[in-house]
Amino acid sequence: MKKHYDLHADYQPTDFSFIDKKKVKEIISRYPKGKQQSAVMPLLDFAQRQVAEENKKAGSPYGGWIPRAAMDKIAEILDMPEVKVYEVASFYSMYNLEPVGKYLVQFCGTTPCHLCGAQDVIKAAENYLGISLGETTVDGIFTLMEVECLGACVNAPMVQINDDYYEDLTPEIMIQILDDLKAGKKVSIGSQTGRRCSMSACGPTTLSEQAKKCGVV
Amino acid sequence: MLQDKDRIFTNLYGWESFSLKDAKKRGDWNKTSSLIKKGSDWIIDEMKKSGLRGRGGAGFPTGLKWSFMPKDTGKPHYLVINADESEPGTCKDRDILRNEPHKLIEGALLAGFAMGAHTAYIYVRGEFYNEASELMLAIKEAYDNGLLGKNAAKSGWDFDVIVHRGAGAYICGEETALIESIEGKKGQPRNKPPFPAMAGLYSCPTTVNNVETIAVVPTILRRGGEWFSKLGRDEKNAGTKLFCISGHVNNPCNVEEEMGISMRELIETHAGGVRGGWDNLLAVIPGGSSAPLLPKEICDNVCMDFDSLKEAGSALGTAGLIVMDKSTDIIFAIARLSHFYMHESCGQCTPCREGTGWLWRIMMRMVKGQATVSEIDKLLDITKQIEGQTICALGDAAAWPVQGLIRHFRGEIEKRIIEYRKNAPSYDVAAE
Repeated sequence: MKKHYDLHADYQPTDFSFIDKKKVKEIISRYPKGKQQSAVMPLLDFAQRQVAEENKKAGSPYGGWIPRAAMDKIAEILDMPEVKVYEVASFYSMYNLEPVGKYLVQFCGTTPCHLCGAQDVIKAAENYLGISLGETTVDGIFTLMEVECLGACVNAPMVQINDDYYEDLTPEIMIQILDDLKAGKKVSIGSQTGRRCSMSACGPTTLSEQAKKCGVV
Repeated sequence: MLQDKDRIFTNLYGWESFSLKDAKKRGDWNKTSSLIKKGSDWIIDEMKKSGLRGRGGAGFPTGLKWSFMPKDTGKPHYLVINADESEPGTCKDRDILRNEPHKLIEGALLAGFAMGAHTAYIYVRGEFYNEASELMLAIKEAYDNGLLGKNAAKSGWDFDVIVHRGAGAYICGEETALIESIEGKKGQPRNKPPFPAMAGLYSCPTTVNNVETIAVVPTILRRGGEWFSKLGRDEKNAGTKLFCISGHVNNPCNVEEEMGISMRELIETHAGGVRGGWDNLLAVIPGGSSAPLLPKEICDNVCMDFDSLKEAGSALGTAGLIVMDKSTDIIFAIARLSHFYMHESCGQCTPCREGTGWLWRIMMRMVKGQATVSEIDKLLDITKQIEGQTICALGDAAAWPVQGLIRHFRGEIEKRIIEYRKNAPSYDVAAE
């Protein structure tokens, strides 16, 4: 369920401005003249990414989120009431209105992933990091969440960490991923068992000629 | 079974790159302008002949939908492509976005031309960040090669394609909520009428189509509507379809198959069969989470197409099969879906906003058996009070899985209630 965000909390910066103004212009130009309000979603996302980038540069452990000042700035740029921006920002689940960890770990827990052992993967991560779902580690590196279907059901169980999907998980692989991310190592995204996208783990059952041509079999 | 020569998505698994060079080798963008020069009436007619029904879940005939777009309104027309794929059990459009984006872009041009639109917006779910990035790269390639923009693909038709990313709301898969979202608002569905064909995006004539629907258009037009209509079970259940097989199978996968293939054949040929063998099957949700589950005795003989599954009391929906073997706690599996719908209700209509929460809470008591047998009928009654009482179909979608469970597994729910009462002598009714 959505929670109430404190737009007056002491971690809210007082000021925000977009660094890449050219990109802001380009985003607005995607929509017809006079319909600039359409740009509110891409701009919220862009603001969140800018905060993540700034935190990274400043050596802060936290990731991307959208301060109230950013929403007010967007309202000003798009010439719309501030509350309309808050409304959109709080309706969609991907806008973080509070600081989150550098790695936002979002487990899919909906039925297809659940059937394939998502709960074991979640438990393993919780035990390993010593936090529960909805919490952030003390060092600010990981935030754990359970979310609804992420649309990678044939590669279940899976997790989204920031922008990337990690699929075909086991509890052991999950812990390895957390370890590697923390150590700053590169982790390959997608299937962790080496499957090609959504192809059957036993190799292709269709397109035999094409498979030969592409060197899959 | 579908033969390889009749498959549309030859790069479904990403064996080759998604780039224009490889896409052209696979036949994409081959003489697109000659198709456009045959005129919009020809395109719509060919689509009607093909028997293609929308691949996003509702299964409305595509050619007919396009023909609803008015002519000479003086307003711009829009094509909106729904890539907000979030129905549990469904992950087919993701493969098109990341591995076959040029089929989608070319389809957008052809469909856009047919309905008089110069602009297409592709609404990609926010979580598909990498997929949206790849789609944007493919769009850029198309612009750089003159396939989009002014005089797109030398067809004489100007056409732009713009990607709009969502931000985590299942409800935006509903066409009018999606339109609201592009307009920069909360994704809450609109009352119909007016239908989008009359007043959609920015109050202009708009058609919203699923990714798979648009991506099959170029191949259908090249090979002819008749070719497509001859595949499948009959003219109403025609063509090929992407199936997603997840859950308790040996090799979960996505696969393109002929409409009307038997469920058992589909699972055993492509997904390595049910874990522990076919006899270990408990139930299958055949068409994404909204479709009522089917117990094994129906799965034994049912075919995977719109009408067969409807007759069986379920739906083809998005063709995402969630397979459950005998180890499944079937009550929890459905309760988890109730949680999904509670979380995703946009909160606009009271029966859905309140009812989905009621369903989840009662379902969770049913999981433990902490209920009375008469409450099963109460639960059913609540689903009936949600179904058909809301602006959009999310309310129905929340009701159907629970109805399916009660229809086929009432005995299991009763058994659990009796068990619980046996072990808890000081039983009292949980306050809600």
